[in-house]
Amino acid sequence: MRWFRNKDTLYGFLVLLPSLVLLGVFVYGFILQTFLTSLTDWGRDPTQALSANPQINLIGFENYRELFTGFVDARFRQDLVNTFFFTLFFILGCIGLGLGLAIALDRAPRGEGFFRTVFLFPMSLSFIVTGTIWRWMLQPEGGVNQLPTLVGLPKGTFAWLTSRDQVWRFSWNDLPFFTGLTVGLVLLLVAIAAFRAGERKRGLMASVSAGVLFLWAFTLGRALKPLPYDELHGFNLAFIGIILAAVWQMSGYTMALYLAGLRGIPEELREAARVDGATEWQLYRHVILPMLAPITLSAVIILGHISLKIFDLVFAMAGADNAPTDVPALLMYLTTFRANQIAKGAAIGMVLLVMVALVIVPYLYRQLKGEVRR
Amino acid sequence: MIGRALQYTFLLLATLFFLLPVYLVVVTAFKEPSAISLSTTWQLPDRWYWESFAQAWNAFLPKLQNSFFLTVTATLLSAVLGSLNGYVLAKWRFPGANIVFPLMLFGMFIPYQAVLIPLFQFVRDIGLGGSLWGLILVHVVYGLPITTLIFRNYYAEIPDELVEAARIDGAGFFGIYRRIVLPLSLPGFVVVIIWQFTQIWNEFLFAVTLVSSPANQPITVALAQLAGGEAVKWNLPMAGALLAALPTLLVYIFLGRYFIRGLLAGSVKG
Repeated sequence: MRWFRNKDTLYGFLVLLPSLVLLGVFVYGFILQTFLTSLTDWGRDPTQALSANPQINLIGFENYRELFTGFVDARFRQDLVNTFFFTLFFILGCIGLGLGLAIALDRAPRGEGFFRTVFLFPMSLSFIVTGTIWRWMLQPEGGVNQLPTLVGLPKGTFAWLTSRDQVWRFSWNDLPFFTGLTVGLVLLLVAIAAFRAGERKRGLMASVSAGVLFLWAFTLGRALKPLPYDELHGFNLAFIGIILAAVWQMSGYTMALYLAGLRGIPEELREAARVDGATEWQLYRHVILPMLAPITLSAVIILGHISLKIFDLVFAMAGADNAPTDVPALLMYLTTFRANQIAKGAAIGMVLLVMVALVIVPYLYRQLKGEVRR
Repeated sequence: MIGRALQYTFLLLATLFFLLPVYLVVVTAFKEPSAISLSTTWQLPDRWYWESFAQAWNAFLPKLQNSFFLTVTATLLSAVLGSLNGYVLAKWRFPGANIVFPLMLFGMFIPYQAVLIPLFQFVRDIGLGGSLWGLILVHVVYGLPITTLIFRNYYAEIPDELVEAARIDGAGFFGIYRRIVLPLSLPGFVVVIIWQFTQIWNEFLFAVTLVSSPANQPITVALAQLAGGEAVKWNLPMAGALLAALPTLLVYIFLGRYFIRGLLAGSVKG
């Protein structure tokens, strides 16, 4: 139908217009404004922060520089490390448990409906409810730590959310090196996959990029030091409890995704594999799991962007002020609304946005590309 | 045989993992405050004590009312707008729709921390600061991408021939919507309403930043404050958590099928 051919199409546009304007302002307008705010010194002078007409000066990217290389913002850098480890284990947990549950349910057990309901119900709860419950579950002297005593074993001693232990420590100055190394390794895997699939050009591109990155990591990356001293960061063990609660809440989601995928695989395909003499293990390894790969990708991206934004669960479980379990989303809230460091808070918000956009934009592009061609 | 045994062992262990917290919430909520101690966490209450629920109910009733008003209003508004938007995008595609639609969708993934500061100022400047209406406005706007997406995909299933036939019969833009699209929309509305209801009821970030006065607090904020206070005995937060969870839990138990559809719509295929 041609656009504006008649007044019906005009109505269509007019109906859509208010939503477009609202989203334009509330999403893109406000993002722009946050960005501009992040370039100012708003809140550096406490007397100016809350005045009706604050004196605000542009200071360029100073807030960002401080976040990544400034002495006072070490907490933000630890928060980034926290988010990294939380995201990693949260995704692994949800994918592993979700896939296991989906396969177990797909093999038609008795009471399948009951099991499915049980595994998925936490999805309907608020992170605040989940957090409140698990806060009680993880009291160091009670809850989970008392469970072994029910079968006569000594009680657990892990301090859960109040733990102050940190493992896998590394210096912030090593970050460029590790980043180069990791991205290089990923590119190398891409290259191997491409060569196996017979795409020589793509494989060459990827392996050359990987080589350049390795070279950079071991030379310039090693020499690049964001801080003049070594600042150690690592995985805070207090996060184990939060990961546990988050997996409890969200693994039902991956289960539902995988179950929908498994149900979409035609029975004939499984039969054909069995007739060819494949064992059940081989059937899953070589037929079914490869077919679920696109679902894994979707799940990783959806779970990944949730975990980058995680806020309410941590707030409810450990409180806003428990430093070992801090995350950037929470720090943004504290910086802006408690400490009134508005420009710094805006900068943290923008860093979060960039991290989420890096994950979501390629995903949206891929998801919608096929459709646009149609 | 071994496979079967493994399968059931795994399922039962998983069930235990998912239901243990539920058991703990219930037994704690039913214990007298003096009977709650860390070492007897897992034991059943000696005497079932209902008083905590009465207390939690009294404390939380105004907050539950706030949440209901907020959730129902924002859900209905965003569902109606989503339906209209979805209808336009599915049946009246116009040049630029391929750019506009992804830009709309991006709005549902952003971390709201990246818009929170201007949003806070905006809501205050238009005089809705601290009120539930400000929160309703925010939930309607940021709910538009998902409601539009679900309805657009749903309406794409309605054959174009049906729309074309109605046009030939002289029906216009609104006529087609009222006589063809709307009567087929019930399942779409159920999915969208359930999804939005759950999301808005459970939401915390906007609620904690935009609503300053305690009288207007939604339930999630009240629960977080109650549980965060160190002095409180655990029977009250647990009873409160049950009350706060009940509406969405009931929706899930009775309309689970539609809930899962909303869940999958958020991730799979625009």
